[in-house]
Amino acid sequence: MSANNDSIQKTLIVAILLCLVCSVIVAGSAVGLRSKQQENKANDKRAAVLQAAGLYEQGKSVAEQFKSKIQTRIVNLAEGRFATDAELKEIRDAGLTVDNFDQKKSSKTPALSRALGSDEDPASIKRLEKFAAVFIVADGDNIQKIILPVHGYGLWSTLYGFLALQGDMDTIVGLGFYSHAETPGLGGEVDNPKWKSLWVGKHVFNDKGQVAISVVKGGAEEGNPNQVDGLSGATLTSRGVNNLVRFWVGDTGFGKLIDNLKAQGA
Amino acid sequence: MSEIKKVLTEPLFGKNPIAVQILGICSALAVTTSLKVTLVMCVALTLVTACSSASIALIRNQIPNNIRIIVQMIIIASLVIVVDQILKAYAYDVSKQLSVFVGLIITNCIVMGRAEAFAMKNGPVLSFFDGIGNGLGYSLMLISVGTIRELFGAGKLLGFEILPLVKDGGWYVPNGLLLLPPSAFFIIALFIWALRAWKKELVEKAEFKILPNTEHSGGH
Repeated sequence: MSANNDSIQKTLIVAILLCLVCSVIVAGSAVGLRSKQQENKANDKRAAVLQAAGLYEQGKSVAEQFKSKIQTRIVNLAEGRFATDAELKEIRDAGLTVDNFDQKKSSKTPALSRALGSDEDPASIKRLEKFAAVFIVADGDNIQKIILPVHGYGLWSTLYGFLALQGDMDTIVGLGFYSHAETPGLGGEVDNPKWKSLWVGKHVFNDKGQVAISVVKGGAEEGNPNQVDGLSGATLTSRGVNNLVRFWVGDTGFGKLIDNLKAQGA
Repeated sequence: MSEIKKVLTEPLFGKNPIAVQILGICSALAVTTSLKVTLVMCVALTLVTACSSASIALIRNQIPNNIRIIVQMIIIASLVIVVDQILKAYAYDVSKQLSVFVGLIITNCIVMGRAEAFAMKNGPVLSFFDGIGNGLGYSLMLISVGTIRELFGAGKLLGFEILPLVKDGGWYVPNGLLLLPPSAFFIIALFIWALRAWKKELVEKAEFKILPNTEHSGGH
């Protein structure tokens, strides 16, 4: 190694050239592979929809299963009905696509969302989107299952997932989260298949039609159709899941849509 | 040619990075619960070690001594990011399971160690094969540990059932300890024991000898 390598000039030149070359390589790979990565992410989300609905089949293409079994509908949350063509145009004008509706992005778009006051925001999501994409398993016009996107704050992170309901808009088919950063082994147990199976068959509403589903710390009452055991060692995550599920089936969330679909006798 | 053969085969046993130099233990504990994840990690680490050693050797005569560690880190880090991006694009499930451990290849002592100890003093071709050799030595250990852990911990290999589990109506009661990180310590320790019993020259000379008890000989 020659001694003049250690001059200030040489050090700067080597450092700058190396950084330039490396940044081009890193940026190139990130940009070049982005479309493939986004497709993977979309498929991951589709798999979560299929899993929540209990329809996922291992070893088959997720995109094809999704296409053949699931219909995507955009919902106007405040009115509780499927979006009209004018509203779909509104979404496109705001720069989002309808086919692959990015709800996370829409909640950050001022034209498509509104800020939530602290009294109506138990799930700590801060902004509520005007439109949401729900997923429907239908037999003709008859809705068999409806899969609702839900999200809300747990302990460390926002949990994103899906809640699937039977056509009676009351019985739970499944609940699953596809993105969260809760403590592995404690709050991270929201992914535990055993705990997720506790949700299956529970009822969202009580006899009077009020939202009654809840996650109970210390264990649900035997035979209570509206209660699910909390996760041990994860009080705050359990509370977060309780809040976000109750919020999204409540009137601010999908409550009006659920009422309307019930009234249609779907 | 003989030099290339030497740098390729030596790290397999005699200079194994895990069993002899005790480097890269962290990832050996973390990613060996299932063989599939282990294999991807091995390929990723071997590629990063080989390519980083080759590129560092290529510019070794231009690297200012004062910033050589930073230069090595930048090259290694860039390669790791590229590998991570490729995994996210072509092996999304595995990359989700590996999560931070691909990123942590940057801090894996094997990669830095080969760059600093070998690539700074040798040519690019030889350094490339040295990186491959050390990656293979690492892979040999990881695959052995991964095979034992998945086979006896979950009764499967690469996700295929080998030993039918009791809960699925078979006869094998899985050893849950093998799926927890400490078990990798035990398995690696057994490998080190076996290796030292086989290659006696690996056993270090004792730095001092304990004298026999002098109590009965009267002392001063």
